[in-house]
Amino acid sequence: MRKLASLFAATALTSVSAQAADLEVTHWWTSGGEAAAVAKFAEAFNASTDNTWVDGAIAGSGGTARPIIVSRIIGGDPMGAFQFNHGRQAEELIEAGLLRDMTAVAEAEGWTDIVNPPSLLDACTVDGKIYCAPVNIHSWQWLWLSNGAFEKAGLEVPTTWDEFVAAGPALREAGIQPLALGGQPWQSSGLFNVLIVALAGPDVLKSVYGDHDTDLAAGEEMARVFKAAADAREMAEGSAVQDWNQATNMVITDTAGGQVMGDWAQGEFAVAGETAGEDYSCLPGLGVNEVISTGGDAFYFPVVDDPEITAAQDELAKVLLSPETQVSFNLAKGSLPIRGDVNLDTANDCMKKGLEILAAGKTLPDVNMLNTEDTNNQLNDLFVEFFNDKSITPEAAQERFVSIIENAD
Amino acid sequence: MDTTGRPNPLFRNLSAKIAAIPMILTALVIFVGGTAWTVIYSFTSSKLLPKKLFEWTDVINIGDWSLSIPTGIVWKSFVGLQQYERLWNTNRWMVSIENLFIYGLCSLVLSFIIGFVLAALLDQKIRFENTFRTIILYPFALSFIVTGLVWQWLLNPDFGIQSVIRGMGFVGFTFDPLYSADIVIYGVLIAGLWQGTGLIMVLMLAGLRGIDQEIWKAARVDGIPAWKTYLFIVIPMMRPVFITTLVIIASGIVRIYDLIVAQTSGGPGISSEVPAKYVYDYMFQGQNLGQGFAASTMMLLAVAIVVIPWAYLEFGSRKRG
Repeated sequence: MRKLASLFAATALTSVSAQAADLEVTHWWTSGGEAAAVAKFAEAFNASTDNTWVDGAIAGSGGTARPIIVSRIIGGDPMGAFQFNHGRQAEELIEAGLLRDMTAVAEAEGWTDIVNPPSLLDACTVDGKIYCAPVNIHSWQWLWLSNGAFEKAGLEVPTTWDEFVAAGPALREAGIQPLALGGQPWQSSGLFNVLIVALAGPDVLKSVYGDHDTDLAAGEEMARVFKAAADAREMAEGSAVQDWNQATNMVITDTAGGQVMGDWAQGEFAVAGETAGEDYSCLPGLGVNEVISTGGDAFYFPVVDDPEITAAQDELAKVLLSPETQVSFNLAKGSLPIRGDVNLDTANDCMKKGLEILAAGKTLPDVNMLNTEDTNNQLNDLFVEFFNDKSITPEAAQERFVSIIENAD
Repeated sequence: MDTTGRPNPLFRNLSAKIAAIPMILTALVIFVGGTAWTVIYSFTSSKLLPKKLFEWTDVINIGDWSLSIPTGIVWKSFVGLQQYERLWNTNRWMVSIENLFIYGLCSLVLSFIIGFVLAALLDQKIRFENTFRTIILYPFALSFIVTGLVWQWLLNPDFGIQSVIRGMGFVGFTFDPLYSADIVIYGVLIAGLWQGTGLIMVLMLAGLRGIDQEIWKAARVDGIPAWKTYLFIVIPMMRPVFITTLVIIASGIVRIYDLIVAQTSGGPGISSEVPAKYVYDYMFQGQNLGQGFAASTMMLLAVAIVVIPWAYLEFGSRKRG
């Protein structure tokens, strides 16, 4: 009996002194590479603090997970921390005072000095207060090309978008799908946004989405982008796949010439055992305008009553941005680290290209930082229709584009 | 005096009425209250979170009583019909309505015809009736999600029906409704009918079994052919079964969502979108509650336009008769 009592006393003592808490972390990283990457966070968090990482993965994509996360928070059952794409997705939750102000942690850790590019932290900042911990950078502006497919068609691997478009008919003759494009709406609008950046320049994107410049949206430069989108539509005709990774798989198996997709596609090439430069090529900014957007993922921390969980949230925020976790996580995820002072020698060719562009400061904000989800959804609807219906002229699409920009907030 | 008079009808079956109170409250608060709330907030600019519609202003306090009377209101997020204007100017919504209309009409007519014909065939005192009934009803045991996925594979040109028939030597055979914007909704319709007709058949069969055998005998004595007996005698007698079936099919049509999500995700492009998916996408993915509420209010209105005249005719006439 005495033994039992002392055992109780001992456990009570340890739990008080360690202030350990179970921290539920919700995210939607469930594919092979993503799960491996998030496990690095869990390991680091369990090893370097006394708290325990409770994994709350939600299968499906952000579109499935975000509503669940939001309803749990506004329903009064918040998790310890959750992942969002940083930008305007969490805007209203912050305004409603449901998310914790992490400025104290950020100041203690000197985030303003280490986070590069600074726009990442800006996306976490509302009224001078920092509400999220950015963990990685994902960029959209990549054209992935199958070297094998071009070889089969007897063509040189293109180095720019225009060369790629010119190679389209020859690829088709050789029985190869020139451009692979999945049927999910976000892929169509993503492709279009990449075309804006590559052909009209990052400033146009910033003015149109950031400042809602309708003259620019209706102007000559955007008209050229819409013409290019019509070319892309021509080249994408016949790619009967839904998911982005199925489209990437067409490039891997040399049945498609290329795909415009974010750098997360790299994980698929890696899993298939392909080597950058030999089996596939990557053209940042479509080989025209070598810039990358700095979207990505960030962790937010809901307001909770339990002081132990609050303490654990602080510790998690520190762990997420520590140099060691940044390296191990980003290598597994295929994304770029959010701090410039870490060493990524083991990165492959394409990732190194990205790091160089990042180091040169040729970055632009992600569309998620400029647009609300509402506007993004409308753009998705417009472009998925445009890319699947050849009867819509570029001019008609541009008109609808302008009216969306006009009503955006 | 009172005790000898007729009891107040309010207190008849008192215990039953008390027992029904929780359900009545649930229905009022959740269904009616929730519906009213949705309609009201469809006039706001609510985004991710519902925004307050208005606030009272110019509150005057009367004398020493702590009684305050508001004399004015300030509209906070009230935007009038703006959400509805945007809704009806959205191409995707128009496509959704059109799809619902095509799907609904075809599904209604075909369910009735196929279901009734199957039931009439099973009613011919055939052998293995139980086996056939089970086979035909079986798809109904599957959810719409599973149905959608199965038919997505069956209609996939690379390894579905098309490739099987091409494998038989008909090289030119093309059957890929899910990849053609003009007919994709019929591809969904096939899956919907496959899943739902079994239930309709069973309902009809139950109705047919409820017809008195004497009527059949009488018809035979009069020398009326079987098809005429069905058409002019049996079907009019099955009115209550038809009404039940109609309600079941119609409610299935309006809420169609999961079949589309599993089978086509609204594609190719936006050509198989439906209203319920619009509501979900804008409320949750688009973080625009106001727009989603406006769309769901329109759905409610559409249902009301169909149901109210019908209910009036159905229940109004019964009281008189």
